Amino acid sequence: MGDDAEAAQPATSSPVWHEIVLHTLKRNAVELVPYVPDRVLTPLIESLHADPFFMTFATAREEEAVGILAGAWMGGRRGALLMQTSGFATLANVLASLVVPCQIPLIMLVSERGTLGEFNVGQSLVCRTMRPVLDALAIEHHTLTRLDELEFIVDRSIKQAVATQAAVALILSPLLTGGKVLA
Amino acid sequence: MSAPMADQPVRNTKVMNRFDLTCRLVAKLKHEEAVVGGIGNTNFDLWAAGRRPQNFYMLGSMGLACPIALGVALAQPQRRVFALEGDGSLLMQLGSLATIATLAPKNLAIIVMDNGIYQITGSQPTSARQADIVAIAAGCGIAASHWAADEEDFERLVDVALTTAGPVLIAVRIDDKPGVGATRRDPAQIRERFMQGLGVRQPI
Repeated sequence: MGDDAEAAQPATSSPVWHEIVLHTLKRNAVELVPYVPDRVLTPLIESLHADPFFMTFATAREEEAVGILAGAWMGGRRGALLMQTSGFATLANVLASLVVPCQIPLIMLVSERGTLGEFNVGQSLVCRTMRPVLDALAIEHHTLTRLDELEFIVDRSIKQAVATQAAVALILSPLLTGGKVLA
Repeated sequence: MSAPMADQPVRNTKVMNRFDLTCRLVAKLKHEEAVVGGIGNTNFDLWAAGRRPQNFYMLGSMGLACPIALGVALAQPQRRVFALEGDGSLLMQLGSLATIATLAPKNLAIIVMDNGIYQITGSQPTSARQADIVAIAAGCGIAASHWAADEEDFERLVDVALTTAGPVLIAVRIDDKPGVGATRRDPAQIRERFMQGLGVRQPI
C-alpha cells in the first residue's frame, strides 16, 4: 500500500509544461513578455500575468512585439515573445531586416498549430512555412515534445541566444501541450 | 516637385522641414536621451543631425520605430526616449499607438513627420492624406498628442516632452524634401554603438 502511494506521487506532483517554462524564463532573467494570445498558451499567459516578476502584455501584432523586445534588449532588459504559428508567419521581414542583421537574441515561444489533429486548413498550411523560414534565416529552432527535456532545452536555448547574440524559436508541439482540437 | 495638397483638409499647421526639425530636437538633448529613427529619410536626417551614440538608425523593419523606442523606454525608465517616424511608416503599425497608450511609459515621446507621401520611393501619396495623426493617437489613448503649429511651437512641445510625464506624441507637417544624409548600412555596428550609448555595453 505504502509503496503504491509513493509510486503515485510523482504523477500528481510533477510540474506541467507551462510551470516549467515560467520558472526557466524567470531563472534566466527573462522578464518582459509581450504576446499575441493563443488558446494553448492561455495557462502560461495567465500565470505570467499573475507573477509580478514578469511584465506581460498583449501587442496588436507579433512584429510589434519583436520591435519592443529588440529595443528592450538594447536597453539591457531581456524578454520573450509568445505567439502561435500563424503569428510567426508574419515575421519574416522583421527577422531578416532587424533581428538577424542587428544580432538581437530574440527568444520566441511558438504554440504549434496546424499539425497533429488540426481542423483549420489555414493553420495547417501556414504551419508548413514556419521551419523553412527559420532554416532560410539560419535561426536556431527546437520542437519541444517531451516534458522531461523541456527545462533543459528552454534553459540552454536562452543561454545560447544571449551568449551568441542570435535568435531562437522554441516550438511547443501538441505532443507537449495537448494542442487545440475541435470541440 | 511638390506633392498636390488640394485634396487635403485645411490645416493651420505650417509645413516645415524634417532635417531642420530634427536638428532642433537634437540641440535640446542634454541628458543622453535615446532617439530611434524610423526607416529611410527619418533616420537619414537623424544621422545628418549628428551621430550621437544614443541614436538608433533603423534600416529595415518599416513601422517599428515606435515599438523599438517603447522597448528602450521600458528597459530604461530613467532615460527619455524619442521615436521619429514618418506617416507612411506609422500607418504600418497603428496598433502600436494603442499598446503605448496602454503601457503608458512616462519617458516616451513620439514625433511623427507627416508629408503625406512615401517620399523615398517616388513620392506616392500615403493613405494618411485624409487622416489626422493626432486624432488617431488621442483616440488610441495617448492624451498628450499635439500638432506643432510651427518651429517655435515644435520646440515648445519638445520641451514639454522633456519635462513632463509621457507618453507624448508630436505630429509635424513637413515638406517633400529628401533626407540630407545617408546612414551607413552597418546594422551590427549601429546596434553595438547604441548599446554603448545606453550604458549597456562597454567598448572592447
